[in-house]
Amino acid sequence: MCLAVPGRVTEVFDDDGIRMGKVSFGGVARKICFECVPDARPGEYVLVHVGFALSRIDEQEAARVFELLRELEPESEFVEEAS
Amino acid sequence: MKFIDEYRDGGAVEKLVHAIEREATRPHVIMEVCGGQTHSIVRYGIDELLPPNVELVHGPGCPVCVTSLETIDRAHAIASEPGVIFCSFGDMLRVPGSSGDLFDRRSAGADVRVVYSPLDALKIAVENPTREVVFFAIGFETTAPASALSIALARRQKLGNFSALVSHVRVPPAMTSILGAPDNRVRAFLGPGHVCAVTGLDEYRPIAERFGVPIVVTGFEPLDLVEGILRTVRLLEASDPRVENQYGRSVREHGNTDARRWLDEVFEVTDRKWRGIGAIADSGYRVRDAYREQDAEHRFDVAAIEPREPPDCLSGQILRGVKKPSHCPLFGTRCTPETPLGATMVSSEGACAAYYASGRHLVRLGTRRDERRADP
Repeated sequence: MCLAVPGRVTEVFDDDGIRMGKVSFGGVARKICFECVPDARPGEYVLVHVGFALSRIDEQEAARVFELLRELEPESEFVEEAS
Repeated sequence: MKFIDEYRDGGAVEKLVHAIEREATRPHVIMEVCGGQTHSIVRYGIDELLPPNVELVHGPGCPVCVTSLETIDRAHAIASEPGVIFCSFGDMLRVPGSSGDLFDRRSAGADVRVVYSPLDALKIAVENPTREVVFFAIGFETTAPASALSIALARRQKLGNFSALVSHVRVPPAMTSILGAPDNRVRAFLGPGHVCAVTGLDEYRPIAERFGVPIVVTGFEPLDLVEGILRTVRLLEASDPRVENQYGRSVREHGNTDARRWLDEVFEVTDRKWRGIGAIADSGYRVRDAYREQDAEHRFDVAAIEPREPPDCLSGQILRGVKKPSHCPLFGTRCTPETPLGATMVSSEGACAAYYASGRHLVRLGTRRDERRADP
Protein backbone atom coordinates (compact mmCIF):
# COMPACT_ATOMS: atom_id res chain seq x y z
CA MET A 1 0.00 0.00 0.00
CA CYS A 2 2.83 2.40 0.81
CA LEU A 3 4.52 1.23 -2.38
CA ALA A 4 6.33 4.17 -3.96
CA VAL A 5 8.37 3.90 -7.13
CA PRO A 6 11.34 5.99 -8.29
CA GLY A 7 11.09 7.58 -11.73
CA ARG A 8 12.79 10.27 -13.82
CA VAL A 9 11.01 13.59 -14.31
CA THR A 10 10.67 14.42 -18.01
CA GLU A 11 8.34 17.42 -17.85
CA VAL A 12 6.71 19.71 -15.29
CA PHE A 13 3.83 22.06 -16.17
CA ASP A 14 0.77 23.88 -14.83
CA ASP A 15 -2.51 22.17 -15.67
CA ASP A 16 -5.51 24.36 -14.84
CA GLY A 17 -3.73 25.78 -11.80
CA ILE A 18 -2.41 22.40 -10.64
CA ARG A 19 1.31 21.56 -10.70
CA MET A 20 1.54 18.43 -12.89
CA GLY A 21 4.26 16.65 -14.82
CA LYS A 22 5.42 13.52 -16.55
CA VAL A 23 7.61 10.84 -15.00
CA SER A 24 9.31 7.99 -16.82
CA PHE A 25 9.49 4.62 -15.06
CA GLY A 26 12.05 2.64 -17.04
CA GLY A 27 10.64 4.09 -20.26
CA VAL A 28 6.95 4.02 -19.33
CA ALA A 29 5.64 7.59 -18.98
CA ARG A 30 2.89 8.62 -16.57
CA LYS A 31 1.17 11.90 -15.73
CA ILE A 32 1.91 12.75 -12.11
CA CYS A 33 0.82 15.49 -9.68
CA PHE A 34 3.74 17.66 -8.47
CA GLU A 35 1.87 19.80 -5.90
CA CYS A 36 3.90 18.20 -3.07
CA VAL A 37 7.26 18.51 -4.89
CA PRO A 38 6.68 21.76 -6.80
CA ASP A 39 10.36 22.56 -7.40
CA ALA A 40 11.28 19.25 -9.11
CA ARG A 41 13.02 19.72 -12.47
CA PRO A 42 13.28 17.51 -15.58
CA GLY A 43 16.16 15.03 -15.27
CA GLU A 44 15.76 14.65 -11.50
CA TYR A 45 14.42 11.47 -9.92
CA VAL A 46 11.33 11.52 -7.70
CA LEU A 47 9.53 8.93 -5.62
CA VAL A 48 5.94 8.49 -6.84
CA HIS A 49 2.99 7.16 -4.82
CA VAL A 50 -0.64 6.87 -6.07
CA GLY A 51 -0.02 9.38 -8.85
CA PHE A 52 1.72 11.97 -6.66
CA ALA A 53 5.41 12.87 -6.47
CA LEU A 54 6.27 12.40 -2.79
CA SER A 55 9.96 13.18 -2.52
CA ARG A 56 13.00 14.11 -4.62
CA ILE A 57 15.62 11.39 -4.60
CA ASP A 58 18.93 12.71 -3.32
CA GLU A 59 21.75 11.21 -5.41
CA GLN A 60 24.45 11.82 -2.79
CA GLU A 61 22.39 10.21 -0.02
CA ALA A 62 21.62 7.31 -2.37
CA ALA A 63 25.30 6.40 -2.47
CA ARG A 64 25.66 6.23 1.33
CA VAL A 65 24.42 2.65 1.56
CA PHE A 66 27.45 1.69 -0.49
CA GLU A 67 29.76 3.62 1.84
CA LEU A 68 28.73 1.31 4.68
CA LEU A 69 29.59 -1.69 2.49
CA ARG A 70 33.02 -0.27 1.69
CA GLU A 71 33.56 0.42 5.37
CA LEU A 72 32.86 -3.27 6.14
CA GLU A 73 35.38 -4.41 3.57
CA PRO A 74 37.78 -1.70 2.41
CA GLU A 75 39.02 -3.57 -0.68
CA SER A 76 35.53 -4.45 -1.79
CA GLU A 77 34.56 -3.59 -5.33
CA PHE A 78 31.03 -2.51 -4.55
CA VAL A 79 30.19 0.51 -6.60
CA GLU A 80 26.86 1.96 -7.45
CA GLU A 81 25.99 0.53 -10.83
CA ALA A 82 23.63 3.35 -11.69
CA SER A 83 22.25 3.25 -15.19
CA MET B 1 15.94 0.64 -13.16
CA LYS B 2 17.98 3.27 -11.39
CA PHE B 3 17.51 3.40 -7.59
CA ILE B 4 16.11 -0.14 -7.65
CA ASP B 5 18.54 -2.58 -9.28
CA GLU B 6 21.63 -1.54 -7.35
CA TYR B 7 19.76 -2.20 -4.07
CA ARG B 8 19.05 -5.83 -5.02
CA ASP B 9 22.67 -7.03 -5.19
CA GLY B 10 22.75 -10.46 -3.51
CA GLY B 11 26.51 -10.32 -2.81
CA ALA B 12 26.17 -7.00 -1.04
CA VAL B 13 23.26 -8.31 1.04
CA GLU B 14 25.39 -11.30 2.06
CA LYS B 15 28.22 -9.02 3.27
CA LEU B 16 25.80 -7.11 5.48
CA VAL B 17 24.26 -10.34 6.82
CA HIS B 18 27.76 -11.52 7.81
CA ALA B 19 28.28 -8.25 9.66
CA ILE B 20 24.98 -8.78 11.51
CA GLU B 21 26.11 -12.33 12.44
CA ARG B 22 29.42 -10.96 13.77
CA GLU B 23 27.95 -8.05 15.70
CA ALA B 24 24.79 -9.51 17.29
CA THR B 25 25.96 -11.00 20.60
CA ARG B 26 22.54 -11.49 22.25
CA PRO B 27 18.88 -12.01 21.24
CA HIS B 28 17.14 -9.05 19.59
CA VAL B 29 13.50 -8.70 18.51
CA ILE B 30 13.03 -6.06 15.82
CA MET B 31 9.69 -5.07 14.29
CA GLU B 32 9.40 -3.79 10.75
CA VAL B 33 6.44 -1.44 10.90
CA CYS B 34 5.38 -1.20 7.30
CA GLY B 35 3.53 -3.89 5.33
CA GLY B 36 5.60 -3.07 2.25
CA GLN B 37 8.71 -3.97 4.24
CA THR B 38 7.07 -7.21 5.45
CA HIS B 39 6.29 -8.06 1.85
CA SER B 40 9.93 -7.49 0.75
CA ILE B 41 11.38 -9.33 3.76
CA VAL B 42 9.28 -12.43 3.14
CA ARG B 43 9.60 -12.27 -0.65
CA TYR B 44 13.40 -12.15 -0.49
CA GLY B 45 13.60 -14.45 2.55
CA ILE B 46 15.59 -11.83 4.49
CA ASP B 47 14.27 -13.05 7.87
CA GLU B 48 15.62 -16.52 7.06
CA LEU B 49 19.09 -15.17 6.22
CA LEU B 50 19.51 -13.64 9.67
CA PRO B 51 21.25 -15.40 12.58
CA PRO B 52 18.83 -17.12 15.02
CA ASN B 53 19.33 -14.43 17.68
CA VAL B 54 18.05 -11.63 15.41
CA GLU B 55 14.30 -12.06 15.03
CA LEU B 56 12.06 -9.94 12.84
CA VAL B 57 8.41 -9.60 13.82
CA HIS B 58 5.88 -8.08 11.50
CA GLY B 59 4.03 -4.89 12.36
CA PRO B 60 0.57 -3.42 11.77
CA GLY B 61 1.61 -1.30 8.78
CA CYS B 62 -0.86 -2.65 6.25
CA PRO B 63 -3.67 -0.08 5.98
CA VAL B 64 -5.87 -2.45 3.98
CA CYS B 65 -5.62 -4.97 6.84
CA VAL B 66 -6.27 -2.56 9.70
CA THR B 67 -9.19 -0.62 8.21
CA SER B 68 -11.96 -1.24 10.73
CA LEU B 69 -14.94 -3.43 9.99
CA GLU B 70 -17.28 -0.48 10.64
CA THR B 71 -15.53 1.50 7.91
CA ILE B 72 -15.65 -1.43 5.47
CA ASP B 73 -19.37 -1.84 6.20
CA ARG B 74 -19.89 1.90 5.66
CA ALA B 75 -18.05 1.67 2.35
CA HIS B 76 -20.29 -1.21 1.31
CA ALA B 77 -23.44 0.71 2.31
CA ILE B 78 -22.37 3.81 0.36
CA ALA B 79 -21.34 1.75 -2.69
CA SER B 80 -24.79 0.16 -2.69
CA GLU B 81 -26.64 3.53 -2.77
CA PRO B 82 -28.36 4.14 -6.11
CA GLY B 83 -26.49 6.55 -8.40
CA VAL B 84 -23.17 6.27 -6.54
CA ILE B 85 -19.87 5.56 -8.31
CA PHE B 86 -17.62 4.11 -5.61
CA CYS B 87 -13.89 4.44 -6.34
CA SER B 88 -11.31 2.40 -4.44
CA PHE B 89 -7.74 1.16 -4.64
CA GLY B 90 -7.86 -2.40 -6.00
CA ASP B 91 -6.72 -4.16 -2.83
CA MET B 92 -9.77 -2.96 -0.86
CA LEU B 93 -12.23 -4.83 -3.09
CA ARG B 94 -11.49 -8.24 -1.65
CA VAL B 95 -11.60 -7.20 2.01
CA PRO B 96 -14.53 -8.92 3.74
CA GLY B 97 -17.00 -6.80 5.70
CA SER B 98 -19.72 -8.16 7.98
CA SER B 99 -21.29 -9.67 4.89
CA GLY B 100 -19.32 -10.12 1.68
CA ASP B 101 -16.89 -7.75 -0.08
CA LEU B 102 -17.01 -4.99 -2.70
CA PHE B 103 -16.93 -7.57 -5.51
CA ASP B 104 -20.22 -8.93 -4.12
CA ARG B 105 -21.65 -5.39 -4.16
CA ARG B 106 -20.55 -5.05 -7.76
CA SER B 107 -22.22 -8.37 -8.67
CA ALA B 108 -25.39 -7.04 -7.06
CA GLY B 109 -25.32 -4.03 -9.39
CA ALA B 110 -23.24 -1.43 -7.54
CA ASP B 111 -20.90 0.74 -9.67
CA VAL B 112 -17.55 0.00 -7.99
CA ARG B 113 -14.45 1.19 -9.87
CA VAL B 114 -10.77 0.54 -9.20
CA VAL B 115 -8.58 3.63 -9.34
CA TYR B 116 -4.79 3.98 -9.24
CA SER B 117 -4.93 7.49 -7.80
CA PRO B 118 -7.50 9.74 -6.09
CA LEU B 119 -7.01 12.03 -9.09
CA ASP B 120 -8.67 9.31 -11.22
CA ALA B 121 -11.72 9.56 -8.95
CA LEU B 122 -11.76 13.36 -9.42
CA LYS B 123 -11.72 12.85 -13.18
CA ILE B 124 -14.64 10.40 -12.94
CA ALA B 125 -16.55 13.04 -10.94
CA VAL B 126 -15.92 15.65 -13.66
CA GLU B 127 -17.09 13.23 -16.37
CA ASN B 128 -20.24 12.16 -14.46
CA PRO B 129 -21.80 15.37 -13.10
CA THR B 130 -25.17 13.73 -12.34
CA ARG B 131 -23.66 10.93 -10.23
CA GLU B 132 -22.26 10.98 -6.69
CA VAL B 133 -18.60 9.91 -6.83
CA VAL B 134 -17.08 8.64 -3.57
CA PHE B 135 -13.36 7.90 -3.12
CA PHE B 136 -12.41 5.39 -0.41
CA ALA B 137 -9.47 7.18 1.20
CA ILE B 138 -7.40 4.66 3.12
CA GLY B 139 -3.68 4.48 3.86
CA PHE B 140 -0.99 5.81 6.16
CA GLU B 141 0.67 9.23 6.14
CA THR B 142 2.21 8.27 2.77
CA THR B 143 -1.18 8.26 1.05
CA ALA B 144 -3.06 10.83 3.13
CA PRO B 145 -1.57 13.93 1.36
CA ALA B 146 -2.89 12.64 -2.00
CA SER B 147 -6.38 12.33 -0.49
CA ALA B 148 -6.10 15.75 1.16
CA LEU B 149 -5.05 17.38 -2.10
CA SER B 150 -7.88 15.71 -4.02
CA ILE B 151 -10.43 16.94 -1.48
CA ALA B 152 -8.98 20.45 -1.68
CA LEU B 153 -8.94 20.36 -5.49
CA ALA B 154 -12.57 19.14 -5.60
CA ARG B 155 -13.56 22.17 -3.58
CA ARG B 156 -11.42 24.54 -5.61
CA GLN B 157 -13.02 23.22 -8.82
CA LYS B 158 -16.51 23.41 -7.21
CA LEU B 159 -17.10 19.71 -7.88
CA GLY B 160 -20.34 19.23 -5.92
CA ASN B 161 -20.54 15.48 -6.61
CA PHE B 162 -17.16 14.36 -5.17
CA SER B 163 -16.58 13.19 -1.62
CA ALA B 164 -14.17 10.91 0.22
CA LEU B 165 -14.78 8.24 2.85
CA VAL B 166 -11.69 8.92 4.94
CA SER B 167 -10.08 6.23 7.07
CA HIS B 168 -6.44 7.33 7.09
CA VAL B 169 -4.23 6.04 9.89
CA ARG B 170 -1.05 7.30 11.56
CA VAL B 171 1.94 5.11 12.42
CA PRO B 172 3.49 6.62 15.61
CA PRO B 173 0.43 6.08 17.89
CA ALA B 174 0.31 2.42 16.77
CA MET B 175 3.99 1.99 17.73
CA THR B 176 3.29 3.53 21.13
CA SER B 177 0.34 1.17 21.60
CA ILE B 178 2.49 -1.89 20.74
CA LEU B 179 5.29 -0.85 23.10
CA GLY B 180 2.84 -0.14 25.94
CA ALA B 181 1.18 -3.59 25.84
CA PRO B 182 2.12 -5.95 28.71
CA ASP B 183 2.99 -8.81 26.33
CA ASN B 184 5.19 -6.64 24.08
CA ARG B 185 8.34 -8.34 22.74
CA VAL B 186 9.55 -5.57 20.43
CA ARG B 187 12.89 -3.96 21.38
CA ALA B 188 13.53 -1.90 18.23
CA PHE B 189 11.86 -0.79 15.01
CA LEU B 190 12.69 -0.52 11.36
CA GLY B 191 10.80 2.74 10.77
CA PRO B 192 8.47 3.14 7.78
CA GLY B 193 10.48 4.84 5.00
CA HIS B 194 7.68 6.15 2.82
CA VAL B 195 5.59 7.37 5.76
CA CYS B 196 8.66 9.30 6.97
CA ALA B 197 9.21 10.76 3.47
CA VAL B 198 6.03 12.73 4.28
CA THR B 199 6.29 13.22 8.07
CA GLY B 200 10.03 13.26 8.73
CA LEU B 201 11.53 11.90 11.95
CA ASP B 202 10.20 14.38 14.54
CA GLU B 203 7.39 12.22 15.92
CA TYR B 204 9.68 9.20 16.39
CA ARG B 205 12.22 10.69 18.79
CA PRO B 206 9.87 10.91 21.80
CA ILE B 207 8.91 7.23 21.26
CA ALA B 208 12.55 6.08 21.14
CA GLU B 209 13.30 8.11 24.26
CA ARG B 210 10.23 7.13 26.28
CA PHE B 211 10.49 3.37 25.66
CA GLY B 212 14.27 3.11 25.19
CA VAL B 213 13.94 1.55 21.73
CA PRO B 214 16.14 2.37 18.72
CA ILE B 215 14.24 3.27 15.53
CA VAL B 216 16.01 3.12 12.16
CA VAL B 217 13.89 4.58 9.36
CA THR B 218 14.46 2.12 6.53
CA GLY B 219 13.76 1.69 2.80
CA PHE B 220 12.16 -1.22 0.99
CA GLU B 221 14.78 -2.90 -1.19
CA PRO B 222 16.76 -5.89 0.16
CA LEU B 223 19.94 -3.87 0.65
CA ASP B 224 18.02 -1.12 2.47
CA LEU B 225 16.37 -3.64 4.78
CA VAL B 226 19.57 -5.51 5.66
CA GLU B 227 21.44 -2.25 6.24
CA GLY B 228 18.55 -1.04 8.42
CA ILE B 229 18.75 -4.26 10.44
CA LEU B 230 22.55 -3.96 10.84
CA ARG B 231 22.23 -0.37 12.04
CA THR B 232 19.44 -1.38 14.45
CA VAL B 233 21.54 -4.27 15.83
CA ARG B 234 24.46 -1.86 16.39
CA LEU B 235 22.21 0.52 18.36
CA LEU B 236 20.74 -2.38 20.37
CA GLU B 237 24.19 -3.76 21.17
CA ALA B 238 25.25 -0.28 22.31
CA SER B 239 21.97 0.20 24.28
CA ASP B 240 21.58 3.47 22.39
CA PRO B 241 17.87 4.21 21.77
CA ARG B 242 18.22 6.81 19.07
CA VAL B 243 16.43 7.50 15.79
CA GLU B 244 18.51 7.02 12.64
CA ASN B 245 17.68 7.43 8.97
CA GLN B 246 18.85 4.64 6.65
CA TYR B 247 16.63 5.92 3.81
CA GLY B 248 18.20 9.35 3.38
CA ARG B 249 17.81 9.32 -0.39
CA SER B 250 14.06 9.90 0.06
CA VAL B 251 13.54 10.90 3.70
CA ARG B 252 14.40 14.40 4.94
CA GLU B 253 14.65 15.26 8.63
CA HIS B 254 11.32 17.13 8.63
CA GLY B 255 9.70 15.21 5.79
CA ASN B 256 7.91 16.92 2.91
CA THR B 257 6.70 20.31 4.12
CA ASP B 258 4.34 20.81 1.16
CA ALA B 259 2.65 17.45 1.79
CA ARG B 260 2.41 18.20 5.51
CA ARG B 261 0.79 21.56 4.75
CA TRP B 262 -1.92 19.87 2.65
CA LEU B 263 -2.53 17.28 5.38
CA ASP B 264 -2.97 20.02 7.93
CA GLU B 265 -5.22 22.10 5.67
CA VAL B 266 -7.78 19.31 5.09
CA PHE B 267 -7.43 16.83 7.96
CA GLU B 268 -7.28 16.83 11.74
CA VAL B 269 -6.02 14.10 14.07
CA THR B 270 -8.67 11.81 15.56
CA ASP B 271 -8.93 8.53 17.49
CA ARG B 272 -9.34 5.54 15.21
CA LYS B 273 -10.22 1.87 15.55
CA TRP B 274 -7.81 -0.64 13.95
CA ARG B 275 -9.07 -3.98 12.77
CA GLY B 276 -7.56 -6.73 14.91
CA ILE B 277 -6.12 -4.25 17.44
CA GLY B 278 -8.94 -1.95 18.62
CA ALA B 279 -9.14 1.78 19.26
CA ILE B 280 -5.88 3.78 19.38
CA ALA B 281 -5.92 7.40 20.53
CA ASP B 282 -4.89 10.02 17.93
CA SER B 283 -4.14 7.30 15.38
CA GLY B 284 -6.17 8.62 12.45
CA TYR B 285 -7.04 11.61 10.30
CA ARG B 286 -10.55 12.89 9.70
CA VAL B 287 -11.85 15.64 7.43
CA ARG B 288 -11.94 19.11 9.00
CA ASP B 289 -15.35 20.79 9.30
CA ALA B 290 -14.30 23.35 6.69
CA TYR B 291 -14.33 20.52 4.11
CA ARG B 292 -17.41 18.61 5.35
CA GLU B 293 -19.14 18.92 1.96
CA GLN B 294 -16.37 16.65 0.64
CA ASP B 295 -16.72 14.22 3.57
CA ALA B 296 -18.74 11.11 2.59
CA GLU B 297 -19.58 10.44 6.25
CA HIS B 298 -21.37 13.79 6.27
CA ARG B 299 -23.07 13.34 2.87
CA PHE B 300 -24.34 9.79 3.46
CA ASP B 301 -26.29 8.57 6.46
CA VAL B 302 -24.09 5.65 7.48
CA ALA B 303 -23.21 6.38 11.09
CA ALA B 304 -25.38 3.72 12.77
CA ILE B 305 -23.84 0.54 11.34
CA GLU B 306 -23.25 -2.25 13.90
CA PRO B 307 -20.56 -4.58 12.55
CA ARG B 308 -20.22 -8.28 13.24
CA GLU B 309 -16.62 -9.47 13.58
CA PRO B 310 -15.67 -12.68 11.74
CA PRO B 311 -14.57 -15.81 13.68
CA ASP B 312 -11.53 -15.80 15.97
CA CYS B 313 -8.10 -15.64 14.44
CA LEU B 314 -4.68 -14.53 15.69
CA SER B 315 -4.46 -11.39 13.52
CA GLY B 316 -4.58 -9.03 16.51
CA GLN B 317 -1.57 -10.71 18.10
CA ILE B 318 0.21 -10.97 14.74
CA LEU B 319 -0.28 -7.23 14.09
CA ARG B 320 1.37 -6.50 17.45
CA GLY B 321 4.30 -8.84 16.80
CA VAL B 322 3.32 -11.23 19.60
CA LYS B 323 2.65 -14.17 17.23
CA LYS B 324 3.73 -15.26 13.74
CA PRO B 325 1.30 -16.45 11.02
CA SER B 326 2.63 -19.99 11.35
CA HIS B 327 1.46 -20.09 14.99
CA CYS B 328 -2.17 -19.94 13.83
CA PRO B 329 -3.93 -23.28 13.26
CA LEU B 330 -6.23 -21.62 10.69
CA PHE B 331 -3.29 -20.31 8.60
CA GLY B 332 -3.24 -21.95 5.18
CA THR B 333 -6.03 -24.35 6.13
CA ARG B 334 -9.35 -22.56 6.65
CA CYS B 335 -7.78 -19.13 6.16
CA THR B 336 -6.24 -18.41 2.73
CA PRO B 337 -6.02 -15.33 0.48
CA GLU B 338 -9.12 -16.60 -1.37
CA THR B 339 -11.12 -16.99 1.86
CA PRO B 340 -9.46 -14.65 4.38
CA LEU B 341 -10.78 -14.85 7.95
CA GLY B 342 -8.84 -11.95 9.43
CA ALA B 343 -7.03 -8.69 8.90
CA THR B 344 -3.55 -10.04 8.14
CA MET B 345 -4.72 -12.33 5.31
CA VAL B 346 -6.87 -9.79 3.41
CA SER B 347 -4.09 -7.87 1.65
CA SER B 348 -0.88 -9.06 0.02
CA GLU B 349 0.99 -6.84 2.51
CA GLY B 350 -0.54 -8.52 5.53
CA ALA B 351 1.92 -10.85 7.28
CA CYS B 352 -0.28 -13.93 6.76
CA ALA B 353 -0.83 -13.26 3.05
CA ALA B 354 2.89 -12.53 2.55
CA TYR B 355 3.78 -15.85 4.24
CA TYR B 356 1.17 -17.66 2.13
CA ALA B 357 2.39 -16.11 -1.14
CA SER B 358 5.91 -17.37 -0.38
CA GLY B 359 4.66 -20.93 0.17
CA ARG B 360 5.25 -20.87 3.92
CA HIS B 361 1.90 -22.58 4.59
CA LEU B 362 3.44 -25.66 2.95
CA VAL B 363 6.27 -25.72 5.49
CA ARG B 364 4.99 -27.05 8.77
CA LEU B 365 6.10 -26.26 12.30
CA GLY B 366 9.57 -27.27 13.37
CA THR B 367 11.24 -26.98 10.01
CA ARG B 368 12.15 -23.32 9.87
CA ARG B 369 14.46 -21.20 11.91
CA ASP B 370 11.87 -18.80 13.32
CA GLU B 371 9.66 -21.70 14.34
CA ARG B 372 12.51 -23.54 16.04
CA ARG B 373 12.48 -20.73 18.57
CA ALA B 374 10.31 -21.23 21.62
CA ASP B 375 6.70 -20.22 21.11
CA PRO B 376 6.52 -16.67 22.46
